[in-house]
Amino acid sequence: MTKRLTLPLKEEDILNLRAGDSVLLTGPMITGRDAAHKRLHELLAQGKELPIDIKGETIYYVGPAPAKEGHAIGPAGPTSSYRMDQFTPELLDLGLKGIIGKGIRNQEVIDSLVKNKAVYFAAIGGAAALLAHSIKKAEVLCYDDLGTEAIRRLEVEDFPCFVAIDCEGNNLYATEAKKYRED
Amino acid sequence: MAARVIQADEITKAVEKLLLDCNYFIGKDIACAFECSLKTEKSPIGKGVIEQLIENSKIAAEEKVPLCQDTGMAVFFVEYGQNVVVEGGSFEDAINEGVRKAYVGGYLRKSVVRDPVLDRVNTGDNTPAIIHTRIVPGDKISILAGSKGFGSENMSAIKMLTPGAGLEGVKKFILDTVDHAGPTPCPPMVIGVGIGGTFEECAILAKKATLRAVDEHNPDERYAALEKELLEEVNKMGFGPGGLGGTTTALGLNIEVYPTHIAGMPVAVNICCHAARHGHVTL
Repeated sequence: MTKRLTLPLKEEDILNLRAGDSVLLTGPMITGRDAAHKRLHELLAQGKELPIDIKGETIYYVGPAPAKEGHAIGPAGPTSSYRMDQFTPELLDLGLKGIIGKGIRNQEVIDSLVKNKAVYFAAIGGAAALLAHSIKKAEVLCYDDLGTEAIRRLEVEDFPCFVAIDCEGNNLYATEAKKYRED
Repeated sequence: MAARVIQADEITKAVEKLLLDCNYFIGKDIACAFECSLKTEKSPIGKGVIEQLIENSKIAAEEKVPLCQDTGMAVFFVEYGQNVVVEGGSFEDAINEGVRKAYVGGYLRKSVVRDPVLDRVNTGDNTPAIIHTRIVPGDKISILAGSKGFGSENMSAIKMLTPGAGLEGVKKFILDTVDHAGPTPCPPMVIGVGIGGTFEECAILAKKATLRAVDEHNPDERYAALEKELLEEVNKMGFGPGGLGGTTTALGLNIEVYPTHIAGMPVAVNICCHAARHGHVTL
């Protein structure tokens, strides 16, 4: 069964989500990937304020392709999440509640998701044209000079993804592959 | 034999078309492999992922937008007939101009930075391309093009095995590399394997293997059998479509080989995602 959720994520919704749940997300989220994370990390290391308020947000690891005329955004599938692992716990400590990406996370990220009661969603890598259909608005919030890697505000409607790691640390990548593995 | 003249802009136009077509339109081999996997995939989540990917390819073709937002770095394997003279500019500039036109004019993502470490600033037009050229007899230019995404590229590996490792050592390294890549490189993957040559030649063979259609096999029956055997092993790993579990972890495993040194047996594994974009033209 597919669960429909609105963003920003509510605590009770997060507590009810379990790894493996199929979810459709509607509402505002931000984007950010490698270069933007590096900048946010450098600001935090210097004790400076971030250009965006991360509290309660859901972040989508995506660097979209350019939008054609009449499209809100170009194809926009998830990028591999592990590259953001080193920057993720500090953002979760600041109140980040949802992350959308693809692929495995390290133990520090899993522990931080549990500690901060947050959730990691997986979108389907390579389904970029399909995912773009559920993105209704996109505008650059900051780091415009990073081009595709700028931090954007998206408005999504029924954005399809799966709960990959829930707030109890259940990890779909670890449990599901095991069922089909023949050694 | 008189030289045959090919205009630089003819090369540019051909390159632009190859890149646009392979980014907008799913390859017949991959489309066919998706359909087959729907019949064999055991995981319901996995089946759902494949259905999303088929739907994605239909939307991309209809709207003429890229299948995947990571439209990659452009890679070319060129066989340049030695009787050809390019007029109106240099051969490599003509290729790069084709890349520029496709990426800037065709709504493809520009993903190339001008320096790998010290100055990671986007070049703005996805140039420069990676161009592997062989000079061959004849008066034609054959261009095999690909757009290589980096989520999967990052999961690739090379190892300088030595002859004592034998066939078992080769198999183990290939399977270990895929197992380590796991759910990250957007499975179902296409796995390119290079065996033999030198350190760099082996990696180039592996890249070339990723650009071969998944329904074409190595002409040497022994390697074709190895491709089949290793693909079956990979599909027992359980990662499945999207890495969310299942029996379709790879759509194809292609092996390319080359003679090597008495002391060596290099093996390279170049991993590609299901957006295995490639196209070929002869001018």
